[in-house]
Amino acid sequence: MPQTGLILDTLCILKQGAPLITLNARIDPGEVLTVMGRSGVGKSTLLAAITGTLPPAFQLRGRIVLNGTDITAAPPQTRHIGILFQDELLFPHLSVGGNLAFGLPATVRGRAARRARVNAALTDIDMAGFADRDPATLSGGQKARVALMRMLLSEPRALLLDEPFARLDADLRSQIRRFVFDRAQRLNLPVLLVTHDSADARAAGGKVVELKAP
Amino acid sequence: MTRRSGLHLAPALTLALMLGPVLAGLLGTLAPALGLFPALGGTEISGAPFMKLIQWPGLGPAVRLSMTTGLLATLLSLGITAVLLAAWHGTAAFRWLERALAPLLSVPHAAAAFGIAFLIAPSGWIARALSPWATGWQYPPDLLIVQDPWGIAMTMGLVAKELPFLVLMALAALPQAQPGRSMLVAQALGYGRMTGWLKAVFPRVYAQIRLPVYAVLAYSMTVVDVAIILGPNTPPPLSVQVVRWMSDPDLTLRFQAAAGAMLQLALVLAALGLWRLGEGVVARLGHGWALRGGRGTRDGALRFLTMGVGAASVAAILLGLAGLALWSVAGVWRFPHLLPDTLSLRSWARHGPGLSDPALDTLWIAAAATLIALALVVACLESEHRYGLKTSTRSLWLLYLPLLVPQIAFLPGVQTLALMLGGDTGRGAVILSHVVFVLPYVFLSLGDPFRSWDSRHATVAAALGASPARTLWAVRLPMLLAPVLTAAAVGFAVSVGQYLPTLLIGGGRVQTLTTEAVALASGGDRRIIGVYALAQTGLVMLGFAAAIAIPRVLWRNRRGVKEG
Repeated sequence: MPQTGLILDTLCILKQGAPLITLNARIDPGEVLTVMGRSGVGKSTLLAAITGTLPPAFQLRGRIVLNGTDITAAPPQTRHIGILFQDELLFPHLSVGGNLAFGLPATVRGRAARRARVNAALTDIDMAGFADRDPATLSGGQKARVALMRMLLSEPRALLLDEPFARLDADLRSQIRRFVFDRAQRLNLPVLLVTHDSADARAAGGKVVELKAP
Repeated sequence: MTRRSGLHLAPALTLALMLGPVLAGLLGTLAPALGLFPALGGTEISGAPFMKLIQWPGLGPAVRLSMTTGLLATLLSLGITAVLLAAWHGTAAFRWLERALAPLLSVPHAAAAFGIAFLIAPSGWIARALSPWATGWQYPPDLLIVQDPWGIAMTMGLVAKELPFLVLMALAALPQAQPGRSMLVAQALGYGRMTGWLKAVFPRVYAQIRLPVYAVLAYSMTVVDVAIILGPNTPPPLSVQVVRWMSDPDLTLRFQAAAGAMLQLALVLAALGLWRLGEGVVARLGHGWALRGGRGTRDGALRFLTMGVGAASVAAILLGLAGLALWSVAGVWRFPHLLPDTLSLRSWARHGPGLSDPALDTLWIAAAATLIALALVVACLESEHRYGLKTSTRSLWLLYLPLLVPQIAFLPGVQTLALMLGGDTGRGAVILSHVVFVLPYVFLSLGDPFRSWDSRHATVAAALGASPARTLWAVRLPMLLAPVLTAAAVGFAVSVGQYLPTLLIGGGRVQTLTTEAVALASGGDRRIIGVYALAQTGLVMLGFAAAIAIPRVLWRNRRGVKEG
């Protein structure tokens, strides 16, 4: 039985040879690790390293292992690591249904079958009948739910959250936060949350590490 | 599993396609200028071509014309740009002017020049408007206004056409200069609007638009089509004379044509050097002016004067186009009547059928050149994104090189080389020669929107399992549809407007609306010129209309897609 979960094995990100961030962590399935730190300390850089989109100005040392597979050098699209940003980043030229279908793996074949999966996903987030809507017409909460569902449809094996609740107003924030953590737990995903809001960290309920410049 | 898509080769290929012809062409022009042209019996280096050139009696005036029209047109366009921005930037009146200027940029040079010629000619609209009540003229006066020996009409035409370009380039550069904050400080210190702007903001803007200004200078000194239409004839500016020698059936004239082209290049380099020196002097003087602390608070009258100049420049092109349109449907139109006595579609009926061949050729050449340029530019920008390359100032210089090296200096060489290598000088070669000039504009137009696209969309797409290629085709390009089409329309307009590459590389066998229109200039038949110039402008406008309409129709239910 290979080790499950997301392992960041003595990860070190360097900028022009100088170490910027170091992190050694293990996130078990269904568990949330919260990384906190001042803005500008390189939280987003850390996430870029894990998604495989680190700009060439940075170098990465150490290993990233997901469910027993070393993905340190894998191209981003084959890592199966989902990410949610502060902005929902729904593709503005696609309908709501189109956005969800973009996330749905190509292995789901046939127009009707794909359409059915998209509709089921929309029903699941209380948005049945929204498939043909323009994402720009959705409320903040609806956008957040579509963004999460799009990510989940792509069957990720881990989830990264880049301050995904920072833009939402207080009411909505706790609601969406609960929604995201519930879903991730139900799917048994290891979750890495990056935030500067300690309420996020409390709600996540897992371990908290403070990110500092070494 | 990193599949090499060949994308990393895009920048090198682009540079080769863009700069290859320029450099090879310069060598190909230099060789005959030094007497080397084996096919014509030139097998050893000799000073004869330059001697012949010097013996041409028109050389002095031709050189003088190139320098004066070029420098004056550049000075005036830049000066008007500066004072217009100083006096009006940020006001409602300026936004109106800006909206009027942008479409003018797309009017082909030849059409704009014809329009202005119709406006200012002794029998043109201005003379008609003033006759006979103010001038007493019952017949068009015998004055040489268009094609005047000093090149004044040509200079004015160039200013009217270059002003929109420089204003829009300056506007694009403005945000980096943070004019709002500087003006707040300047006005708090008691400076008048214009003085404050010129002292506090303009130096930073100028630093940004230096390359476009140099391009305007090089272009204005060496332009051929505008010079044929508005410039003097005997002698013409040097560039026009070189084209005459190049097109002469007497092939031995090619030697002195090449020598003339090289002299033209030297003149442009000298003028650029002079301009650079001038920059230093103006900077020193301006520095002193700024330090003296004059507030210049009474600039009200001057502000309105500058708006008048700006509006006149817009009006010159718009009225010129209106005049072209009217002439194309005019039956009898006697002097000094302001409007035609009778209207008729006879000109269109007679010349319409002959129009379709050059119009289709223009369309195919422009479409092909634009498509090639667009593909290369997108490939370059995408490889920049994927491999994290940074564009340096040096590469921006390379981008401007085809706009700085005069066409007349390297296109004859390209033609010579093509002939020597037994290459084809037909449509394919013309398309490739257009790519050289279309590429920089497409790059300049698409670069900023492409780079400022939120690349987190790419991260999300990759996290959803999309390959880089799918992200490009299914996310990035659709989201950037409007700027992509705008860049395409700009490239299309540049290609449609090309005169010299079509003439020289096409070996006279490729006829576009532009070459046909310019060829009609000497005939002076206003009706047929109106038809051709209007068709030329219409084709360009269609491109821009499509660039605006397609994203609106396609994304009509997608409010989140930004319009370009």
